[in-house]
Amino acid sequence: MARYTIQRLVYMVITLFIIATVTFFLMKLLPGSPLQNQEKLTPEQRAIILKEYGLDKPVPVQYVQYLGNLLKGDLGVSFQYDNRPVTELIGDRIGPSAQLGFQAIVLGTLVGLVLGILAAIRHNSWGDYTATVIAVIGISVPSFVLAGFLQYFIGVKLQWLPVAFWEGFKYTIMPTLALSVGVIANTARFMRTEMLEVLSSDYILTARAKGISNAGVIIKHAIRNSLIPVITILGPMAVNLMTGTLVIEKIFAVPGLGEQFVRSIELNDYPVIMGTTLFYSALLIFVIFIVDILYGIVDPRIRLAGGKK
Amino acid sequence: MEKILQVNDLHISFDIHAGEVQAVRGVTFDLYKGETLAIVGESGSGKSVTSKALMRLLPTPPSRIKQGEILFEGKDLTKLSEKDMQSIRGAKISMIFQDPMTSLNPTMTIGKQIMEAILKHQKLSKEEARKRAIELLQLVGIKNAELRMKQYPHQFSGGMRQRVVIAIALACNPKILIADEPTTALDVTIQAQILELMKDIQKKLGMSIIFITHDLGVVANMADRVAVMYAGKIVEIGTVDEIFYNPKHPYTWGLLASMPSLDHKDTELYSIPGSPPDLLNPPKGDAFAPRNPYALKIDYELEPPMFQVSDTHYAATWLLHEMAPKVEPPAIVRERMKRFADIVARKGGKPRG
Repeated sequence: MARYTIQRLVYMVITLFIIATVTFFLMKLLPGSPLQNQEKLTPEQRAIILKEYGLDKPVPVQYVQYLGNLLKGDLGVSFQYDNRPVTELIGDRIGPSAQLGFQAIVLGTLVGLVLGILAAIRHNSWGDYTATVIAVIGISVPSFVLAGFLQYFIGVKLQWLPVAFWEGFKYTIMPTLALSVGVIANTARFMRTEMLEVLSSDYILTARAKGISNAGVIIKHAIRNSLIPVITILGPMAVNLMTGTLVIEKIFAVPGLGEQFVRSIELNDYPVIMGTTLFYSALLIFVIFIVDILYGIVDPRIRLAGGKK
Repeated sequence: MEKILQVNDLHISFDIHAGEVQAVRGVTFDLYKGETLAIVGESGSGKSVTSKALMRLLPTPPSRIKQGEILFEGKDLTKLSEKDMQSIRGAKISMIFQDPMTSLNPTMTIGKQIMEAILKHQKLSKEEARKRAIELLQLVGIKNAELRMKQYPHQFSGGMRQRVVIAIALACNPKILIADEPTTALDVTIQAQILELMKDIQKKLGMSIIFITHDLGVVANMADRVAVMYAGKIVEIGTVDEIFYNPKHPYTWGLLASMPSLDHKDTELYSIPGSPPDLLNPPKGDAFAPRNPYALKIDYELEPPMFQVSDTHYAATWLLHEMAPKVEPPAIVRERMKRFADIVARKGGKPRG
């Protein structure tokens, strides 16, 4: 297990390096510059500012410099927010995003699992159909559409919850709902399919032949085995969630990282774009790493195969 | 001998979109204490369905017990509630399944899987259950039982897994062990070991075994009595010697003729022509008639009743009717019958039963 973990860590660093490189050059291909719409500046002032931020050098040199700073843990300073360091900006903005993401994934997977399990147990009953319909809607309706609906009906019409902003737990409910529906749908769908398959497997029959009650069979034997494939989709779902937050934060005016990220792209704020992308990537790679570890915990076959290497 | 289980006129149907599949159509047999009853028949003959029905393990719907009773310890199992049935499953009647590779939970240790059965039915502490589980593993011939308890199924070979499955089935000293083709998925040497183990355990614990198989070689080795099933019915039932030395039903003849043997003179192995009937629309008369070279006209009209051959031997064929023409079994079966008789004579014994 230790060796397996170290191996994964090395891969993570390599992946991050590749992402940093690709993002850097992609960003340089973006049209415009941080100084666009600044007509009042004279060419001299412009040159001074560019020199100040090191933007006058050829791109390969900038790249090497960037990597050098990155190794020191320095993500540079923002062009738009009074020269504040990018690390500090991320630190300030991560709170709401993390809370939103965490709430959505916890709510989404829990509700999704329960729905999936119920649908499988009540296979071909109205409960199953209801769960399936919810899953189909959740998968096909994008979160931003749902966000609009929630704002209109629950926020404006019923006035149960605030439409936007970030001033307490009440303000997190609607964005969390909007984000988690996709997670609920995907988890439920996978769990239902897996559970049905597991329930028809031989070892479930063995368990029933032992005299174990139906509930016991499901809790002790079926759920754990059904979880293995569901864990696989946790990674992609985390990606969805992160990209989802970009839009959702904008819609609900949440002062999170996603909202800032979108702004920095609009303004060609290179250090913030780079920093945030790397941060998201690192987070994602970390989630995938956690998923791999979870695999090992749930499925002894994987754990031992890894250990023997 | 004491009857431990009585199955009377059991009918089981599966309701599917196309209609009602009559998988079991009136099965009657008794199981005696300490004996091994083999149920043989080709795929789809209803032997597996019958055995699962005894434990009420068939999913309902689509399956349902249409008619008949299963009497065990004075209770009709077909009428018990699911909860009462749970106290019988694994405690008084246990089952071993065909494929040991898939019949154990891959994410649970072997020890836990055995202890689960013990803890469910017996008032034992975890520690006592653990001790009992280790004993069981030793009983089924697994070495290093303490260590093996903590391992997962994928760390066991197929034969070893089947031993574990047997250990689980034996956890509460059941009165009846139902073995649904327990050796079909194993290779021949392992098969022999598992059969030996089952016989050995039966001797030690004195339980009755219902042995479902399509392998007549295994039957000859294991069974005291044999029930031959075809199209959801028992067509012939008798002691193992009666079925092998004095078979009466043409289907039994066909089965015996299609059994490979070492001194086979013909190069080609006999097989019964045709295929079993569609039980969605069971044929009128004797279901075997279309495949039966000895079929009489009445076979297509009227189902034959069970004719008694001896105290223990019954067969459902019109050939046993007093008005039926005298028919000899096919040459290959006669030869086989003679060979069996010779072997017995050489051993100086007389056929059992």
